[in-house]
Order: sequence, then C-alpha cells, then structure tokens
Amino acid sequence: MNTNLYLTAFKTIVIKEVSRFARIWIQTILPPAVSMTLYFVIFGNLIGPRIGTMEGFDYIQYIAPGIIMMSIINSAYANVVSSFFGAKFQRHIEEMLVAPIPNLVILSGYITGGVARGMMVGFVVTLVALFFTELHIEHPVIVVSVVLLTSILFSLAGFINGIFAKNFDDIAIIPSFVLTPLIYLGGVFYSINLLPEIWQLISKFNPILYMVNAFRYGMLGVSDINIQTAFVIIIIFNVVLFSLCLYLLNKGIGIKS
Amino acid sequence: MKALKISNLKKTYRGGLQALKGIDLEVDEGDFFALLGPNGAGKSTTIGIITSLVNKTEGTISVFDLDIDSHSVEAKSLIGVAPQEVNFSQFENPLEILLNQAGYYGINRKLAYHRAEKYLCELGLWEKRNDPSRTLSGGFKRRLMIARALVHEPKLLILDEPTAGVDVELRRSMWDFLIDINKQGTTIVLTTHYLEEAENLCKNVAIIDKGNIIENTSVKSLLSKLDIETFILDLKEPQTTPPIISNYVYHMLDQSTLQIDISKQQGLNNLFKQLSALNIEILSMRNKYNRLEELFISLLEDNSTNK
Repeated sequence: MNTNLYLTAFKTIVIKEVSRFARIWIQTILPPAVSMTLYFVIFGNLIGPRIGTMEGFDYIQYIAPGIIMMSIINSAYANVVSSFFGAKFQRHIEEMLVAPIPNLVILSGYITGGVARGMMVGFVVTLVALFFTELHIEHPVIVVSVVLLTSILFSLAGFINGIFAKNFDDIAIIPSFVLTPLIYLGGVFYSINLLPEIWQLISKFNPILYMVNAFRYGMLGVSDINIQTAFVIIIIFNVVLFSLCLYLLNKGIGIKS
Repeated sequence: MKALKISNLKKTYRGGLQALKGIDLEVDEGDFFALLGPNGAGKSTTIGIITSLVNKTEGTISVFDLDIDSHSVEAKSLIGVAPQEVNFSQFENPLEILLNQAGYYGINRKLAYHRAEKYLCELGLWEKRNDPSRTLSGGFKRRLMIARALVHEPKLLILDEPTAGVDVELRRSMWDFLIDINKQGTTIVLTTHYLEEAENLCKNVAIIDKGNIIENTSVKSLLSKLDIETFILDLKEPQTTPPIISNYVYHMLDQSTLQIDISKQQGLNNLFKQLSALNIEILSMRNKYNRLEELFISLLEDNSTNK
C-alpha cells in the first residue's frame, strides 16, 4: 500500500517540478541556449580558427562537449536550489513535510526535477552546437551515464545550497563564486595537458574536470583523465552528497525548528 | 478512542526558549476541541509538533492510537492541517494546489480531481480554481487552506486560527461548514483568538499559557465557572435620572443604556421585576463581553499571579 503512496507522491513532485521550469521556460531553457550560442560564436567561430586544433580536433569540436556539460551542470543546480529555496521561502515545503512522504521520496522528486531540466537544457544546447560543428558520439552509454550522474550530482549540490540558504543572496553566491570558477577551470575550454605540472595537479582536485573529460571521452573519444577514475570520482561524490542530503532532511536542518 | 493524545510534551528552542513545559492533552474522537491561549503561549508549537513541522524535545504524541514517531506514515495520513500563515505556492492555482496535496497523500489524479472539485465547490472556490493563488483575497486564501487540509479526508483536522482576518459573514459561513464537517465524524482541533468562535463551535477546551495547560475541560463546565456577567440593556425611554435598582451594581452609560453586573445567584427575574415596577421598558439585552473571553482573561490573570 505504501509503495503506491510513495510512487504517487514521487510522480506528483516530479510533475510539479517539471511544470514549474516548463512554465517559465524563458527563464530556464532559453538563457542557456542563448549564452551557449555566444560561446560557440566567440570561442568557436571567431577565436577557434586562430587556436587551431586541440587533441586532434577543431577547437570548436573540442569545446562543444564541455559547453554542453557546463549548461547541464548550471541548469541542474539552478533548478533544485531555486525550487527548493522558493518552497522554503514561501513555506509551501510544509505541504510535503506534513504529508506521509519519506524524505527519500521528497529528495528523489527534487533530484529528478533537476535531472529533467539538466537533460532538457543539454539537449537544446546540443541542437545549438549542431549549427556550428559536427558532433559524433563515440561511446553513447558513457555519454548518457555521465550526463545522468552529473545532473544528479549537481541537483544534490543545489539541494544542499537550498537547505542552508536563508535569503536569495545565499542561492546566488555559490553559483557565482564557486560553481562558475570550477567549471571554467574544469577543462571546458582547454586540455589540462597544456598547463604546467603544478596546475595540472591542482586541476585534478576539481571534480568538474572529471565530468567534463568523461563526457568529452564519450563524445570524442579523448580525455585528460582516466575514464574509470572519472566514474569512480563522480559516483563517490554522488554517494556522499546523497547521504548528506538525506541526513540534513532527516534532521530537519533549515526546514524545521 | 482518543483522536489525539499528547503526553509530557516539551519543546525548547535553540537559544533556550522553553515553549512547552510538559503538556498533557487528550482529544476524543469526534470532538470539536479548542486550544486557546495568548500569543506565544505554545499553541502553534504544539500544532507544529503534531504535524511534524517542529521537532519536539521530549514527550509522545499519538493520533488514533498511532505514535507519530513509530507510525509516522499512518499517523500523518490521518491528519489535515490548515496553518495560521499562508503556505501555498503563490504561483499555482487552487486546483493545482489541491491536486498536488492529494498526490502527496498517495491519491491518484482522478480521485484527486473529484475531491478537489468537491471541496473547492463547498468552500466557494470553484470559480477561482484557475486563478493564480496570489490574486485571491485573504478570505479565499483561508478557505483554500481549509480545502487543501481536507482533500485527503483526514480523521483529525487541525485549524490554526482559520478565520483570522476574515470578515464576519465569511466567518459565519466557515463556522457552518466546520460544524458540518465535524458532524460527519471529523475530529477538529481549533486555535483561535475569537473566543466567541470557540464558544459557539467547540465542545471542549484547553487553555495554554506560558507552555503549560492551565485549564482543560468542557466549554459548558468552563462557562459555569463564570460568577458574574455584565449585561448591556437598551431602554425604550431615555432616563433623565438614573433608576434605583436594589442589590445590583450598575450604571448608566447614557440616558438610554444601562450596564449591570449580575451574579449567578441573583438571576435576571428580580432585575426585570424592579425595572417593570419603575415602568422601564427594555428593548434589547446583550452580554458586554463574550463569556468565554471573561473567563479566559481571568484564568490568565490567575496564572500570572500564581507564578
């Protein structure tokens, strides 16, 4: 009996989350498509030909997977942090807290919403990329797995940000001052093989490097990082963040007095 | 069976504020129960703990014999709550809000729609079902929260000041609706600042002050403790000089209005006899204060004096 209850509750949260970002598609889907178009125009078409090739690919082809991954990361994160904090701010999170839904179901619902938006935006940006360059998928299973695991990971990260956020500044600080630098330094626009050894080592502490490279490997077949290592790192981060989210929810931190 | 049983419930907030100091409370199945108290007495904390929105420090709560900690899912399914503050998404419409709430309780979409239609109609919100909830007036928002609390048809309905800020006409229609719901078997626990509301609707009452229950009895027996009532009498003819009425404490508010204190032992017959003898006709008569309000204030004063 409870399984049906949980499934219905889960479906309800997912429908609510997807409807939310679909209803405001001008704020959620369109902006990444526009900004990624600008990346392709500036870095691909204008600057790219002067750079030449990277790891045997045209520069625009080389950066395309990173740009797609960047939009997935940002969208998954933004969806969950804004939705969860919005629910806290307007107090309608209480609708779920008073209902007979386990925290695992609440968390899964929000994460699925984040994954859905991440994938939707990733798909749109991929379509944009096809206007500028040819894209091949060398390893489809790896592509799908990395997209799924990365969007789950950043949905979880957005959830934690939403739990601790007390005002709207708190949900803007992390993306601006943590996420964006990590993405830009995560090998989206360059191979870390071009960096001095010390910076290569430092770059390896950036988890986004593993996601970008695993995704690039899935699409182009090249990576700065061993693919197995990349998957292990991504999975470890997912497990740690998932456990942390559940712990915070069970304790009621940020949502209960 | 007890619809709600609270034992030794304590809550201390971070920072040290002791909101509940070990309260015990029982509400019978089918009761219409008032939980009264001044601001900051612990009413909303109690409701928050029952509905899992506030973590308790100590104590146990059971709903229809189901412990809310060990049988959380089953217990929560039996409770519906309309909180004091508006807490629905301002961007969703009433229909979406009810459909989602039903979904959180495991109700499938078809049945949820049927229930949403039923309660939105009963509370006069059906015409507004597609309006963004932020555009609803205060009264409609209150009704929407009651409809949302009922959509899974709970056996225990908790209403935290459901008629606050609602106009008199709407308040009366909400009373009728709640009486009807109660008659159909739903146990209702109500907090309110309108003591007239508690007097008219509730069978039993508990008064909470500074984190303690200071009174827990039936409304009838509580009212029987009232020794003196103050009445206002509207006189047909203006009196240029105050009438002489023996054994009563009274004074004229103006030439046509008499205020008089009447103790339980004195009754009203003697007063009317004296007024008739003086050829004073009475047009109408009313209590100066709500009776429960008088008791409420005196109980709170006693509690403060005893501390």
